[in-house]
Amino acid sequence: MKSVRDHVKEYISENFLMGLKDSAITDDASFLDLGIIDSTGVIELIAFLEESYGIRVEDAEMVPDNLDSLNAIDRFISRKMFARASTMTA
Amino acid sequence: MELAKELNGTSVLALDYDRAIEDISRQFKETVVGFRRRGAIVAVSGGVDSAVCCALAARALGPQRVLALLLPERESSADSERLAMQVVEMLGVPYERKDITGALEALGCYERRDAAIRSVVPEYGRGWRNKLVIAGGLSGQFNHFYLIAAGPGGHRIERRLGLKEYLEIVAATNFKQRTRKNLEYYHADRLNYVVVGTPNKLEYDQGFFVKNGDGAADIKPIAHLYKTQVYGLARHMGLPREIVESTPTSDTYSLPQEQEDFYFALPYAELDVALAYLDSGRTAADLAAALGVDELAAKRIYADIAAKRRTTRYLHEAPVLMKG
Repeated sequence: MKSVRDHVKEYISENFLMGLKDSAITDDASFLDLGIIDSTGVIELIAFLEESYGIRVEDAEMVPDNLDSLNAIDRFISRKMFARASTMTA
Repeated sequence: MELAKELNGTSVLALDYDRAIEDISRQFKETVVGFRRRGAIVAVSGGVDSAVCCALAARALGPQRVLALLLPERESSADSERLAMQVVEMLGVPYERKDITGALEALGCYERRDAAIRSVVPEYGRGWRNKLVIAGGLSGQFNHFYLIAAGPGGHRIERRLGLKEYLEIVAATNFKQRTRKNLEYYHADRLNYVVVGTPNKLEYDQGFFVKNGDGAADIKPIAHLYKTQVYGLARHMGLPREIVESTPTSDTYSLPQEQEDFYFALPYAELDVALAYLDSGRTAADLAAALGVDELAAKRIYADIAAKRRTTRYLHEAPVLMKG
């Protein structure tokens, strides 16, 4: 199974860069600083994450700390999945 | 308080109104002559920006070389048209009125928009009204949009919009601005006039316009002036009191909507100061002191201004030509 980082990177490469060079997207690189994603792109990215991982991104979670790099997204998705698993087993 | 000082024009928003009118009038006339046109078309909405533009056009060219257009549609506020009439009558400019509802119906403006709304609020139908509201930027979140729908009985439903619904609602609504611009250029072609664009500096800088809609024009006489200064000009030029004292609205959605709801996230007077501070290199701490907010809030205001500039940059771009 693909890691969250690889999965998201592939999505960004295909949908936002349309196959153009993506070597700048390192794990810690800020999407905003790279100019890859604006606020419209973030909404698109959120829809992708919600659909792919079966989560709901709340308004308060729509912050750069959660969504502005591959590492940030990886940490965020892990937390959301863990919270969901905890709820289901409780 | 510092904001009061700024708004009273003692600092970043200070403007010599007589000189500004003189400078704009001269450049306006030179532009029209340079384009070898004979006058100017101004769509007058009832808001302060188009009222000032119409007054400046009349001042620069003479009232008889201006044609004002009143272009309401079925969701426009009745007050808007009443105020627009006050402006054209006060200025003595010729005008034409054309209700664009039929054109918008033929294009599917309302039908397409309502279909998109029903995808998130299935009960939306006859007698309902709607507006979009922006959220997020000042809380440190990415900007996102909510649909507010109000039923005939007055109950309201709020839904956060996904990208597809948001884009479909905006795209359908943009028929309004583009249809108006179509008519403006019809009259401009017919009369050999220029078309006047009416954005103020906030709208122009932050991309609050529709590309090839209200963003299209041959001359934009107040795009360098902050909204506070536009109100000051309106007052200085003796425009109708109701307009000078009005709150800016988009008058695009069927529910009453102030511009700060939809797009700006801050009242215009504060955003004017923020934009002026950012562009003059003042720090977030300076802005915090001027607005009476903490420094984190000021940083978020600066970040929101930058985000909107990034997001809307393409609206300003001319078509890109390929290199041979």
